[in-house]
Amino acid sequence: MITTETEGKLSWFIACKTEDVPVNGGVCVKYEDRQIALFHFARRGAWYATQNECPHRNQMALSRGMIGSLDTEPKVACPFHKKTFSLETGECLNGDDYQIKTYPVKVMNGLVYIGVDGE
Amino acid sequence: MMKIVIIGNGMVGFKFCEKLVAKAPKDSFEITVFGEEIRPAYDRVHLSEFFSGKTADDLTLAPADWYAANDIQLYLGDPVKEIDREQKKVYSIRGLSVSYDILVLATGSSAFVPPIPGVEKNGVFIYRTIEDLEMMRDWAKKTKKGAVIGGGLLGLEAAKAMIDLGITDTHVIEFAPRLMPRQIDEAGSVILKNKLESLGLKILTNTNTTAIQGEDSIKSMLFADQSSIDVDMLVISAGIKPRDELAKQAGLETGSRGGIVVNEQMQTNDKSIFAIGECALYKGMIYGLVAPGYEMAEVVADHLVGGQKTFHGFDMSTKLKLIGVDVASFGDPFVAAGDGRTVVLEDTMKGIYKRINISTDGKYLLGGILIGDADAYNMLLQTAKNKVILPPNPEDMILGARGGESSGGDSVSALPDDAIICSCESVTKENICKSVTENNCESVDEIKKCTKAGTGCGGCVPMVKDLMLHTMAANGKYVRNVICEHFHYSRQELFDLVKINQLKSYDEVLDTFGKNDGCEICKPVVSSILASLWNELILDKGNAAAQDSNDRFLANIQKGGTYSVVPRIPGGEITPDKLIVIGQVAKEYHLYTKITGGQRIDLFGAHLSDLPAIWKKLIEAGFESGHAYGKALRTVKSCVGSTWCRFGLHDSVSFAIQIEERYRGLRAPHKIKSGVSGCIRECAEARSKDFGIIATEKGWNLYVCGNGGSKPQHALLFATDLDSETCIRYIDRFLMFYIKTADPLMRTAPWLNKMEGGITYLQNVIINDSLGIVAELEREMQLLVDSYKCEWKEVVDNPELQKKFSHFVNAPEEKDPSVKFEAMREQKKVADWK
Repeated sequence: MITTETEGKLSWFIACKTEDVPVNGGVCVKYEDRQIALFHFARRGAWYATQNECPHRNQMALSRGMIGSLDTEPKVACPFHKKTFSLETGECLNGDDYQIKTYPVKVMNGLVYIGVDGE
Repeated sequence: MMKIVIIGNGMVGFKFCEKLVAKAPKDSFEITVFGEEIRPAYDRVHLSEFFSGKTADDLTLAPADWYAANDIQLYLGDPVKEIDREQKKVYSIRGLSVSYDILVLATGSSAFVPPIPGVEKNGVFIYRTIEDLEMMRDWAKKTKKGAVIGGGLLGLEAAKAMIDLGITDTHVIEFAPRLMPRQIDEAGSVILKNKLESLGLKILTNTNTTAIQGEDSIKSMLFADQSSIDVDMLVISAGIKPRDELAKQAGLETGSRGGIVVNEQMQTNDKSIFAIGECALYKGMIYGLVAPGYEMAEVVADHLVGGQKTFHGFDMSTKLKLIGVDVASFGDPFVAAGDGRTVVLEDTMKGIYKRINISTDGKYLLGGILIGDADAYNMLLQTAKNKVILPPNPEDMILGARGGESSGGDSVSALPDDAIICSCESVTKENICKSVTENNCESVDEIKKCTKAGTGCGGCVPMVKDLMLHTMAANGKYVRNVICEHFHYSRQELFDLVKINQLKSYDEVLDTFGKNDGCEICKPVVSSILASLWNELILDKGNAAAQDSNDRFLANIQKGGTYSVVPRIPGGEITPDKLIVIGQVAKEYHLYTKITGGQRIDLFGAHLSDLPAIWKKLIEAGFESGHAYGKALRTVKSCVGSTWCRFGLHDSVSFAIQIEERYRGLRAPHKIKSGVSGCIRECAEARSKDFGIIATEKGWNLYVCGNGGSKPQHALLFATDLDSETCIRYIDRFLMFYIKTADPLMRTAPWLNKMEGGITYLQNVIINDSLGIVAELEREMQLLVDSYKCEWKEVVDNPELQKKFSHFVNAPEEKDPSVKFEAMREQKKVADWK
């Protein structure tokens, strides 16, 4: 069930229902050949999406990681070696030179939409 | 008022001003500073950060108004052109003339540019000042191929700058046969070279540049062997040349290869003139690092206020991160055969090289090299500097972190008081300890403010923290070992708070006692506390997302993202029928099988979405969760005991099963292992466990706080000749006391090692009830024993919980397509990660 609507350069597709995502946790969403990690940061009423692959060992695992904050920066920790990444910017917060892709998310009528570019 | 003129406003010149105004009462000196650059002194050590986002202001050591506030007259962009020693006056380019009583030369150094034809071409840069960097940044926009001459410290810094500028196609050209020839040896250079090459740099050693070619701008470089490379930007960073021209002109004594000759007071041959930093030549040596420069500044500032400090050379040990690779060199890194022995650890896979040089008698550390992992640098440096007698197996010092159970506190306490902990600011151990005892510093930040330790390169900060904690503890001060930025409590405090307030979920605990949103450190700690207190299903009450990933999916994540499954096999006893079921399940789901070290069977390679179905089959056959994924009781290993063994005194298998079933599912600060042996031959290896039981003629001997793993430690005898019931009562109390008081991820062995009074204290608490808590401990344990449920059974019985075990939320039937297996010895293995 992949519906897309185009808006500017982004196409938004329906990832899942809001209740499919654990509160303050993540799930992995399949979009074509991509794996996208989707997080419901309920403590802030925010939703975030990033690539699911942790760039450290190229493992499809970020959606299974714990989320939290570093100071005010929302972050996710990879379950493998606890590398942490900003959910806002995708920057690695452990000082390593990794960067993950982030995606915009919006919620309407109980559905979660993720905006993907044409790549 | 004494007139002091300082020529040069670099890092050392600034440090001298800072030290002088700190030492001298106001109005005792009239200070004038001449600087050649247009900016006040900035941090040249971190110059390359200019390209990774820092601005010139970020790098500035103190803004111009700092000088004004301290009554220092600062002339920037106005170098001194002449010193008149007769009249004791200096003349600047812009026409100022200022008299001095004391003149301090802090003129620093310039880049050494080898006389290669073509160095004057456009696109050839030196790497020294912010202006150089600004010019590089402009040129880099039209550059594709870069090169750096110089494979030493500065050259590699410049190569990092090239990468930051986006010129990833960069050659590093070194004349010597290896990189960083002054600091590291051939083998270390090879490791470093491989690491740097894996980052995209091309390294040419043994390479002599003979010409820089091109019309107006550089196009290529020609080497002595007639080979050449195309280059459109070149940075020369091949060494430094002391700025001694002013001194020479004034007739001061200088060295034949540059540098202003000074004595141990940093005084030149003119008693009124001093030289400090990279322009000073002390006993034939130029000190091209910031720390000795600061030390020289200290000596002169001290002298001017009547002190007696002198300079006696400086340890040139250094640790730095070069393009993401740790490199450190300390003491004598190269010791010749005959003068000492060498221990080398080399891991070409991980790119780690460690070398330590030990005196021939094996007593002292002389020096060494660390590449790829320099965590041990501080400790090794201090051990070498302070001539600390080495342990019998000095190689342990470079074998790296061992299970995170640091014993740093003990090792710093062995250092003498005058050990220099922070070499940038020359702060001794005594200074740091005093800041804790006399100035009541209770955080590293406070110590930084008070002593300046850790404000330079920052490499000593872990040691400063260890010293602080150690000193606080030694003074009977309450050491708050807080969990993380979200909870300002120790685990023990939080445990009590959660209990008293009857909190049941992570979010409640965070809202009540924490702040912000939590993190991967506090979530598992709190989840573990909740499980140890209430023993509710860990996936309930919205707690699933606060579990460590293994607990969240009740399985151990393995390379590639699949999971391993470990059913409980209490005491290692299993029926043929159950073995067959394990075989059938493994075949059906294509799992790799292996016998574990804890007498059970591990099934690897299970997809997340297959876990509920696998467990359904296992549970139907009578298995339960083995909790291999949790910080919980793992196994109770047993020997076969008196039922079969001709030496066995008691039935160790039955007792092991009884114990394993009693404590199954028990969550703790870390995993717990146990063993029961039927006689003194100890086939179950019970003394390597958190608690171990060995049969005697009269009953059981109980041992506690042993450990296998990275830091093996035998369990200590706790009580002798116990009957089974008493033995279990003691274990109840012991485990509960551990669960309530240990730090996160602390096994029982380090817990005991840290406990004041050690095993005797523990015996008093558990056996003699010195704290009056054993009844409560027993009650708490009984609650956990009574409320045990198999987590996997609850999932298998609950379709809602099972839904969470899929890889794709929007395609639950599909498995992760990125998982790849390869065949190996008739089974499979996961494809290696990069």
